[in-house]
Amino acid sequence: MSVNAISEYKAEPKDRVENFHGMQLLYIYWPHHLMFCSPFAVMVAPDMTFGDFLEQVLKPAVASHPDSARADFLKAEWKLNDEPFTPDVSATMKDSGIDHKSMLTVTTPGLDGISGSGS
Amino acid sequence: MSQLVFIAFQDNDNARYLVEAIQEDNPEAEVQHQPAMIRIQAEKRLVINRETMEEKLGRDWDVQEMLIDVISIGGNVDEDDDHFILQWN
Amino acid sequence: MAVKNKKLNLKDKYQYLTRDMAWEPTYQKKKDIFPDEDFEGIKITDWSQWEDPFRLTMDAYWKYQAEKEKKLYAIFDAFAQNNGHQNISDARYVNALKLFLTGVSPLEYAAFQGYARVGRQFSGAGARVACQMQAIDELRHSQTQQHAMSHYNKHFNGLHDASHMHDRVWFLSVPKSFFDDARSAGPFEFLTAISFSFEYVLTNLLFVPFMSGAAYNGDMATVTFGFSAQSDEARHMTLGLEVIKFILEQHEDNVPIVQRWIDKWFWRGFRLLSLVGMMMDYMLPNKVMSWAEAWEVYYEQNGGALFKDLERYGIRPPKYQDVANDAKNHVSHQAWSTFYQYSQATNFHTWMPEEDEMKWLSEKYPETFDKYYRDRFEHWDKEQKAGRRFYNNTLPQLCQVCQIPTIFTEKDDPSMLSHRQIQHEGERYHFCSDGCCDIFKNEPEKYIQAWLPVHQIYQGNCEGADVETVVSKYYHIKLGEDNLEYLGSPDHQRWLEIKGLKPRASKPGSEQDAA
Ligand SMILES: [Fe+2]
Ligand SMILES: [Fe+2]
Ligand SMILES: [Zn+2]
Repeated sequence: MSVNAISEYKAEPKDRVENFHGMQLLYIYWPHHLMFCSPFAVMVAPDMTFGDFLEQVLKPAVASHPDSARADFLKAEWKLNDEPFTPDVSATMKDSGIDHKSMLTVTTPGLDGISGSGS
Repeated sequence: MSQLVFIAFQDNDNARYLVEAIQEDNPEAEVQHQPAMIRIQAEKRLVINRETMEEKLGRDWDVQEMLIDVISIGGNVDEDDDHFILQWN
Repeated sequence: MAVKNKKLNLKDKYQYLTRDMAWEPTYQKKKDIFPDEDFEGIKITDWSQWEDPFRLTMDAYWKYQAEKEKKLYAIFDAFAQNNGHQNISDARYVNALKLFLTGVSPLEYAAFQGYARVGRQFSGAGARVACQMQAIDELRHSQTQQHAMSHYNKHFNGLHDASHMHDRVWFLSVPKSFFDDARSAGPFEFLTAISFSFEYVLTNLLFVPFMSGAAYNGDMATVTFGFSAQSDEARHMTLGLEVIKFILEQHEDNVPIVQRWIDKWFWRGFRLLSLVGMMMDYMLPNKVMSWAEAWEVYYEQNGGALFKDLERYGIRPPKYQDVANDAKNHVSHQAWSTFYQYSQATNFHTWMPEEDEMKWLSEKYPETFDKYYRDRFEHWDKEQKAGRRFYNNTLPQLCQVCQIPTIFTEKDDPSMLSHRQIQHEGERYHFCSDGCCDIFKNEPEKYIQAWLPVHQIYQGNCEGADVETVVSKYYHIKLGEDNLEYLGSPDHQRWLEIKGLKPRASKPGSEQDAA
């Protein structure tokens, strides 16, 4: 369907990748750790390696969680936009198929949040 | 399923007469006192009669005067010079 | 000889106002005078069927409104003269007012603009008069709310730039975009959105608990403006219900259009009210009723009666009503968690509930609070006491439609977020729920242009790249004064001084540091 309007209705997406000055948006969701209220939204360079992303982006973002010290993100279960995903630390974001506004979901079996509450 | 209509008034001097009049004309209505407000609910129908209000107040009363003290309502409204009715069909 | 004028009855007076002062145009086409009446597909065959049950005429309107204002301002004066702010339950309460002033009062103004505009669009005089009166009411609400809160602005932080913040601050894009969505729709959708779905179905959940809460927390100024505004609301709600019945009775083709609008605006309103839920459960030191209880009375019970009444027109209760009913046990906790962790970017303070409040939450939410939220809160409380107050330093993902961070969980699995994603014309879009995702799919062009605060910061459109600069320069929130934790804040210190207690940084109630 489309908008019912008094004249022709045209609109541009506000968040096209061109608007991010060479960077791209990425969302990361760590299930069963709802102490972080929603998935994170971060900006990454398309040529950043997955290994750098883990060290420089993901780990600092989750550092305040008591489970973070025990989380082995490389051995975790990954999904990219709801499809199974195998991380390769040396591949870039682009080569890993992680495009603008993609979402990564990383599940760490055995870690179920504060006192196992999913928080 | 029960289908309740309701009306809520500010808990002030005017409202006390309104509540008295409503209780007299709608004996089955339930009156709930909440912080700063009075809420009255009844099954399907609730009526405020001008005559009853005038008796309570001892003066002429215009049905629209209740607009000053009412906070909220639930139900279809039917108003004329003599009464204010809330109802579900 | 003068004939004594017979006093007109209500029906006659209203007839004169709405029918006999209107006229049929002769040298202009009606279509040219009211060009926007039919592009939404709503078919009106006979405007004379329009009924306004209140039959309020202009003279009566001015008379009663003047009386309301006189009563209201007498109380404002008394409140200010008696330093009424010193008699509230606790200064934490004022944070609810900060949220109200930045989040709700600007919506009153938006409503004024909205009704002034659509009041021009209808060829039926009854609808025009009702919209005109409501436009004036809404302007009054916006003004009286600002007057009432100006007293608090003299004594507490965070109330100094409400309309500026409304246009910029991340969470205020939630109420702002809600109203902008309605105001940029056609006149009939606007009335379905605001008069019916918001005012009739949901507004009780905003004003009634808020004002009872103000009464319970000693804030007579707010009680009075709230109830004074609500006294107009009875009329607005009636307009909302009459409008729906009128449209549905005019033509059967209107039914599916109205149903889609009801589905959309129920969901949008429900999401918006998450903010009210957290206010009730967390921001009122003296609690009136829980959000879940309010939802049961004002939506499940009253809304249930309403939708039963509308059944005869072929209207069913809103889609995803079951999800909303289930969420009554979760949303307030989820919203408070969010504001707690992003309090570096709010114009109000947040805090963890005290022991007795945690107990109250467990009692009011026996199925959910202990199981899903208590551990999180106890952990944060411990961290705070150890000098490591938790803030989330990474920005959140936002829903493309409601613009709330995607914080909500699945109805059948509260341990998982109800995140949804779709692709539209090569772009990815993310949503908090099926409800918001459906709204997008119906009108994608409208929502692809959403001004999402997180993305705008990343694009460099908010005067800075780091949160501190954005918050102070772009939002006008004073760092360390308006934002962050309540305990130890300037508001907290000031309150202890007002109450004659020694300022201290730890929790009141832990008596060790009292001399
Ligand atoms: Fe209003
Ligand atoms: Fe209103
Ligand atoms: Zn949403």
